[in-house]
Amino acid sequence: MKLDTSGLESTALFFGLSNELLDGFSAAPFFEVPNTTNFDGFQKEAIQMVKPAKGTTTLAFIFKEGVMVAADSRASMGGYISSQSVKKIIEINPYMLGTMAGGAADCQFWHRNLGIKCRLHELANKRRISVTGASKLLANILYSYRGMGLSVGTMIAGWDETGPGLYYVDSEGGRLKGTRFSVGSGSPYAYGVLDNGYRYDMSIEEAAELARRSIYHATFRDGASGGVASVYYVGPDGWKKLSGDDVGELHYKYYPVTPSTVEQEMVEVAGA
Amino acid sequence: MTKQQANWSPYDNNGGSCVAVAGADYCVVAADTRMSTGYSILTRDYSKICKLADKCVMASSGFQADVKALQKLLAARHLIYQQQHNKQMSCPAMGQLLSNTLYYKRFFPYYSFNVLGGLDSEGKGCVFTYDAVGSYERVGYSSQGSGSTLIMPFLDNQLKSPSPLLLPALDAVTPLSESEAVDLVKTVFASATERDIYTGDKLEIVVINAEGIRREYIELRKD
Repeated sequence: MKLDTSGLESTALFFGLSNELLDGFSAAPFFEVPNTTNFDGFQKEAIQMVKPAKGTTTLAFIFKEGVMVAADSRASMGGYISSQSVKKIIEINPYMLGTMAGGAADCQFWHRNLGIKCRLHELANKRRISVTGASKLLANILYSYRGMGLSVGTMIAGWDETGPGLYYVDSEGGRLKGTRFSVGSGSPYAYGVLDNGYRYDMSIEEAAELARRSIYHATFRDGASGGVASVYYVGPDGWKKLSGDDVGELHYKYYPVTPSTVEQEMVEVAGA
Repeated sequence: MTKQQANWSPYDNNGGSCVAVAGADYCVVAADTRMSTGYSILTRDYSKICKLADKCVMASSGFQADVKALQKLLAARHLIYQQQHNKQMSCPAMGQLLSNTLYYKRFFPYYSFNVLGGLDSEGKGCVFTYDAVGSYERVGYSSQGSGSTLIMPFLDNQLKSPSPLLLPALDAVTPLSESEAVDLVKTVFASATERDIYTGDKLEIVVINAEGIRREYIELRKD
């Protein structure tokens, strides 16, 4: 395959090298250098722009008894942990929950706004809004702000007339109905544990333990996740918070320290 | 053809640190009084603390022009609330108002890092901590500003309160007495002044309790 080097020749002339040098170096090609102010960093910036890393782990899944929702509680600003006690499971109303991943302010504000809209729907229609409807309201709002820099990766979980409902909604405008979701930088780790242990017919305690373990394992491996693992259950009577455990303590509960036999003991040497 | 970069920024950082600590029946809000721009000091005597309501005080660091605009807006909204409801706004209500006010400028934010301190409707100390676009949470203590990365670990060590997310819930307010909390804040700022160039000059401490609001000034290093 003959390479088209016409582009290379013109650049050499453009950089204004004298003819003698050009003859000496005609074998070595010149590469087009992108015209940016920051040559070393411009690609990194572009990638960072495209890849919004939502430092968090949240998950939700539908099972026989209803919906289980769990999340960590760490908020990070770059490498600094700005809070270990962020409420990432937002109570939209007594029978619907939303999870927070991405921009904390964006999630908090729009979930609160969704709660207001859901209440207005109830007053106007004399009945509760469905999970489908609520998630659509949120997705439409986020779609209208598409491209403006909002960062929201949320799951709307609830129980309505059709039974348990779970939707994933994000700031790109995506809205997916599903039975198992995990969102955030720790989600790959959570999926590993969740997918492995999931069965449709689990009891509430088993499902809660699965959710808790999944969050714990994600916080163990993901630096941007940590704090307190909260687990909520959504049933026909609404949501109920089942547990909130510090993941540091969960570690020693799952992997207790066993005293090991000492092979060699160090003895204090008398100072010479 | 490179994209034209703006050669002017609407923001500036005037530096400074703020701290708030909630107690069982009091709240301590403190901030240094140095206002800087770049490496220069504009003044050694600028208050970053503003009383928004009877039992509610806000300390903000960041860009003081935005802080001033924010304080004016909140004061005006509080006045309207008083006229409509015939009572003062509670600290949690003011907390929500501040969050919404910050978020309304989501696409051209107030460069203001706030801590709100006061007493809730039961008379217990409460502290709310914010980011620049309005996400907030109620905590037992918090710090914001240029010295916050120095101050927060120390407060975590001394005051680490159990997370409000734990179930069964544990009380989040610090067990310290009011005078112990004030001493702690003085120590915190003395340390932050040593290692943060934007913190220093004077420390303004505001204590809110059932009797009312009292103010104290302590000298800090001026270098």
